[in-house]
Amino acid sequence: MTAAAHAIGDDGSNAVRVWRRFRRNRAAMASAILLALIALAALLAPAIEALLGVEATRVDLFNQYAPPDAEHWLGTDEAGRDVLVRLLYGGRISLLVGLVAALGAATIGTFIGLMAGYHGGRLDALLMRTTDGVIALPLLPLLIILAAVDLEKAGVPADIANSEMASLYRIVFIIALVGWTTVARLVRAGTLAVRAREFVRAAEAMGTRPAVIMVRHILPNIVSPIIVATTLSIGAVILLESVLSFLGLGIQPPIPSWGNMLTNAQELATRAPALAIWPGAIIFVTVMAFNFLGDGLQDALDPRAVRR
Amino acid sequence: MGMAAVLAAMSFIVFMLIGLMPGDPIDIMIASNPDLTPADGERLKRLHGLDLPLWERYANWLGGVFTGDLGFSRTYNRPVMEILLPRLGNTVVLLGLSSIVAILIAIPLGVIAATRPRSRLDGAINLFCFAGISVPPFWLALVFIMVFAVTLGWLPAGGMGAPDAGPFARLEFLVLPVATLTIASLAGYTRFARAAMIEVLRQDYIRTARAKGLGPRRTVFGHGLRNAMLPLTTIIALDFGTLFSGALITETMFGYLGMGKLIYDSILGNDFNLALVGLLLATLVVLIGNFLADIAYAVLDPRISFRALEAA
Repeated sequence: MTAAAHAIGDDGSNAVRVWRRFRRNRAAMASAILLALIALAALLAPAIEALLGVEATRVDLFNQYAPPDAEHWLGTDEAGRDVLVRLLYGGRISLLVGLVAALGAATIGTFIGLMAGYHGGRLDALLMRTTDGVIALPLLPLLIILAAVDLEKAGVPADIANSEMASLYRIVFIIALVGWTTVARLVRAGTLAVRAREFVRAAEAMGTRPAVIMVRHILPNIVSPIIVATTLSIGAVILLESVLSFLGLGIQPPIPSWGNMLTNAQELATRAPALAIWPGAIIFVTVMAFNFLGDGLQDALDPRAVRR
Repeated sequence: MGMAAVLAAMSFIVFMLIGLMPGDPIDIMIASNPDLTPADGERLKRLHGLDLPLWERYANWLGGVFTGDLGFSRTYNRPVMEILLPRLGNTVVLLGLSSIVAILIAIPLGVIAATRPRSRLDGAINLFCFAGISVPPFWLALVFIMVFAVTLGWLPAGGMGAPDAGPFARLEFLVLPVATLTIASLAGYTRFARAAMIEVLRQDYIRTARAKGLGPRRTVFGHGLRNAMLPLTTIIALDFGTLFSGALITETMFGYLGMGKLIYDSILGNDFNLALVGLLLATLVVLIGNFLADIAYAVLDPRISFRALEAA
């Protein structure tokens, strides 16, 4: 049996213990249920759209800023579109960007952290100095520049650069590009701790290749902090996406996202305050739920840590 | 030395990225002025060196920097530094005030929570922190504007007040931006203050202080807080970059004439010289903030200043 199997596989009882600890955390449980409901509603957006008998994309200039009624539960926006259904479609995009970009960032961070922690020396110093630098920089202006780069000039094939989904790919890419630092530091610290253990030394003595040691022997022992950091970063990514989309540099209309639904909100603040409230409130609640979820996972996965 | 290296790397990366941005300034100039022919455009491009490859343009720009010429702003028709410096002052006021307010509130909150772990008050502070970290900053600004400017009419919705008005007349324009910018960092600092404080309060020297008869107040503040300040200083130092990003959003929302808004406007307006130098100046401010935090760390930790003195 390999070290990997020892670390995560063997006992179902470990998973049961984690689940028991997690279940006792009321805030985390409530957050998990809430997120599941939001995700489900977003996934079922077309069905809900049909059920309510409204169309997310149908512009109806005779019915602008309608107050909530039986047909439009949250009223309509400046183009007469149904706010609730647009929020659900926006949720698909915002959640998708959050998940994919957070996973991408975690992958980059894990790779960098493993390399730095396992190989040490100059590579470690170089990678960690870079990480510190990225953490310290004012990232938002840089992201704005990255978001404004002409994709065709950057060598992206024209059919991708001009497709409707280009803004989606781009935002996932640039968030992953800057979001890997936390995971990299955690993975490096974990790698340093694990690589001194006997089973790693034994694997090295048997001549196992470094790549195999890193993936099979070290990685399975440091998944807990990676899972926690990734969960927390989903919230941070959703926030960042909303900021960039709000500034007009993220997800481009007509694709709705929670952020770009607020792009005109400043003008709407006096005319239709509810339109400025809903998208922000749902971002707020979702991000908060991801933060509580990550916090609860941390307590459940690593009970020995000092309770903060 | 490290600062110069970071700035050089940053300027190179940003210069290359700007080269990939749409909308050549000269093309825009031609499009907006019917009297200019394409031939004029070619001539202008040659005049400004815009027909050269990107790396050569970077070398020219860098050469200019060393002779004190940071370039010209296209939209303002003035040297970039003339526009940036007053804006920099405004941003430093905004950042400085919010940092101070955040630290002054975060430390007592963190101490209160840490000395009563798992109490109801601790729970309330924890909830407040989670909310502060999770709220979209631009939306918070919007809610503040809707509540305090539109509905209640207590404070201006944005702007900066008359330029000749005294500092106190301008204060009311600072309240909402500072509040917006403070909340996000306040929440983070409070969580770290609490964690650092709990860690410190478990140490042996705290038990010793109590055992020798020191009161709880003097133990917590005299022995505990002083030590908890060390990790907190590091966190605050690392946070300056994030704070500047927050300033960009806050300034844009409130029409506050700072560097963040200027950088954002100049990127969108294809004023590349201004964007580049603005971003570098912002980076420099953040690096100086880090540096000041290092000094604060040495002041707080006698072991470090001792070592530094020995080395000097």
